[in-house]
Amino acid sequence: MNGGVAVTGMGIISSVGDTVEENLQAILAGKNGLSRIANFPTRLQEHIWVGEIKRSNEELSDTIGLSLPHSFTRTTLLGAYAARQALEVAHMEDVNDLRTGLISSTSVGGMDYTERYGPTYLTSPEWHRYISAHPAGDSSHKIAHYLGIKGMVTTVSTACSSAANAIMTGARLIRSGRLDRVIVGGTDALSKFTINGFHSLMILSDALCKPFDKHRKGLNLGEGAAYLVLESEDAAKQQGKNVLAYLTGYGNANDAFHQTASSENGEGAFLAMQKALATAQLTSQNIDYVNAHGTATPNNDLSEGRAMQRIFKDNMPLFSSTKPFTGHTLAAAGAIEAVYSILALQQGIVPPNLHFDTPMEELDLIPQTALQHQSLSHVLSNSFGFGGNCSSLIFSKA
Amino acid sequence: MKRSVFINGIGAVTTQGVWRQEIFSEAQVLDHAITSANQPAYKGVISPVAIRRMSSGIKMGIYAARQALEEAVMSMPDAIVTGTGLGCSEDSDKFLRSLWENDEQFLTPTSFIQSTHNTVAAQIALQLQCKGYNVTYVNGAISFESALLDTLLLLQSGEAKNVLLGGVDEIAQQTYAFLQAGGYIKAADTCETVKTSASPGVNYAEGAHFFSIGRDKTASSYAQVVDVALKNELEVPETASFLQGFLATNDLPSSAIDAVILGYNGDKQDDLFYAAIQHMLPSAVPLYYKHLSGQFDSCSAFGLMVAAFVLKQQTVPPILHWNEKNPSKTTWKNILIYSQYKGKDHSLVFVSAC
Repeated sequence: MNGGVAVTGMGIISSVGDTVEENLQAILAGKNGLSRIANFPTRLQEHIWVGEIKRSNEELSDTIGLSLPHSFTRTTLLGAYAARQALEVAHMEDVNDLRTGLISSTSVGGMDYTERYGPTYLTSPEWHRYISAHPAGDSSHKIAHYLGIKGMVTTVSTACSSAANAIMTGARLIRSGRLDRVIVGGTDALSKFTINGFHSLMILSDALCKPFDKHRKGLNLGEGAAYLVLESEDAAKQQGKNVLAYLTGYGNANDAFHQTASSENGEGAFLAMQKALATAQLTSQNIDYVNAHGTATPNNDLSEGRAMQRIFKDNMPLFSSTKPFTGHTLAAAGAIEAVYSILALQQGIVPPNLHFDTPMEELDLIPQTALQHQSLSHVLSNSFGFGGNCSSLIFSKA
Repeated sequence: MKRSVFINGIGAVTTQGVWRQEIFSEAQVLDHAITSANQPAYKGVISPVAIRRMSSGIKMGIYAARQALEEAVMSMPDAIVTGTGLGCSEDSDKFLRSLWENDEQFLTPTSFIQSTHNTVAAQIALQLQCKGYNVTYVNGAISFESALLDTLLLLQSGEAKNVLLGGVDEIAQQTYAFLQAGGYIKAADTCETVKTSASPGVNYAEGAHFFSIGRDKTASSYAQVVDVALKNELEVPETASFLQGFLATNDLPSSAIDAVILGYNGDKQDDLFYAAIQHMLPSAVPLYYKHLSGQFDSCSAFGLMVAAFVLKQQTVPPILHWNEKNPSKTTWKNILIYSQYKGKDHSLVFVSAC
């Protein structure tokens, strides 16, 4: 196994909690964060379940101490909220004392405000300040500015694998020696655009999602943000930092099969996991737990299941999807699940795959359905997205 | 870890037509607020069904990628890395409009499916059946340079031997109308160039630029990319330390820079940054390109195309000169490209002859 990149901070906000501790408590209690949409009106309100954070934009803005008026979209507010926590945990009083970067990710960016105020832009200047808040990169700029970072700031957008790729890019920048420290993760707010998009694809479940279940009917969307602070092992040591976990492996591959569907045999997922094991210099036997992508769409779970069976063969480690807790938080999912993977290592727990009932017929795969206490050394986390983008990360115990 | 990488093939769809030897000598200076790319015939490159379904960004991207790979005689890159500021906004616009017009009813998924930022890179991977590394960066004016930096990481670390690198941004009617209403794009009836710009805003356009970049020099190599640096925000005076730091890292005395490619776009505030960098490099010949490419987030890729052309041909097409400063130079070895937008997303790229 290689040394890896040190994780010295993490922060999260999701529908199950505003802090790392609250998220941990929800996992321990098996309490999901799914509900009906309340933050904005939509025709889909009674038809879908979502992992919505029950805090208004005004509350979020107040909590992080912004002065009005500003043009922080919900995506940006959630991102700034979670990233600030990560910095506090990492004791980063001076963000610029080392070469520090921010690699963020988002898929909706400022779409939530564009869909709200767009119809007025051509007739009234009242909401024009949100025009420049639309592009994905604007959220990263505002988060960096809020944190006081002056350095390398960029954004990844590869649909639902975005945050995993942002984490991977950050780790590679540290390994290359270009950065000493980097804040990595992702943020996405619920919007009419995304819920209707997924609805039009007919992959939203009208019930609570059941990943890897024979009777799974689709996914539940969610919103949230999570960030990690990554530091080179040397930088972490020199500062006497408390290391939460090491990021030891990462792999990115493309399924090259279809714009939205995953291939039958999960080729992209297989390649991503294989590459992650290779970078970590581990074998599949070393993995103690897999935090699966597990969206609960018929297509994803079968394809991911096949890919896992190809990687692990007869030695399938414990695995679960934590999406029944948070909903699928799209570009934030890889970061939220990175936090859950690190919590699993720190606490020695395997989070349960809620709502699982009947095994799939096609595969001999049964997820962990009850919380399990067990010492873990290496956790693999999967994130796959539209466009065939597949990424896997491996976190190892500090 | 420092190791140059080589530009082995170029492809582009721009307002000046597709990438070709004569692109600069035949170029026309843009003077409209919004100029569409001069699109090629996609027949034979993309299936007729797909031509109808795909947005201009996807089509331009597929065409430019193919051109770059063909020029480099590269059938299968190890990785595809792209940058785009606004992604597939034509499809985003379409889905958003039907959301508004039909009050969340009767929506079809096609435009939603194609609206994700990574669609172009995904479609290229699909066409090539390229299962390698695939990432899309979306960060304003450094969207392309972020992808370029990732390309350097992939090649310098040995993770890849050949990378298909690209930048794409498309005109989408509604998105551009909003940018116009917000004052970013000049008013529809203006007729000004970068040089004659007097009204607020900038001339916008669209385009796709792709590069086949490899660890090894080949018969088709244009130039080598030595390094790239990114910075999120700077005040004009702070550009000095950004530049000095980059030159120091690369052991590059400012006197050794033959040309500096600047992103002058006719916006008075924006141009202050370029003037500052130009002033700090008195011996470098200043060149510009946005009068030909137009402004869009990934337009700085046009600047890289300029650098590659000059270094390979060892000549500067007259239309690229920013001023009358007559260069006595006959050889061009080191070129610096500087780009930013509204004080944000600063990048420096160092390109050298090979």
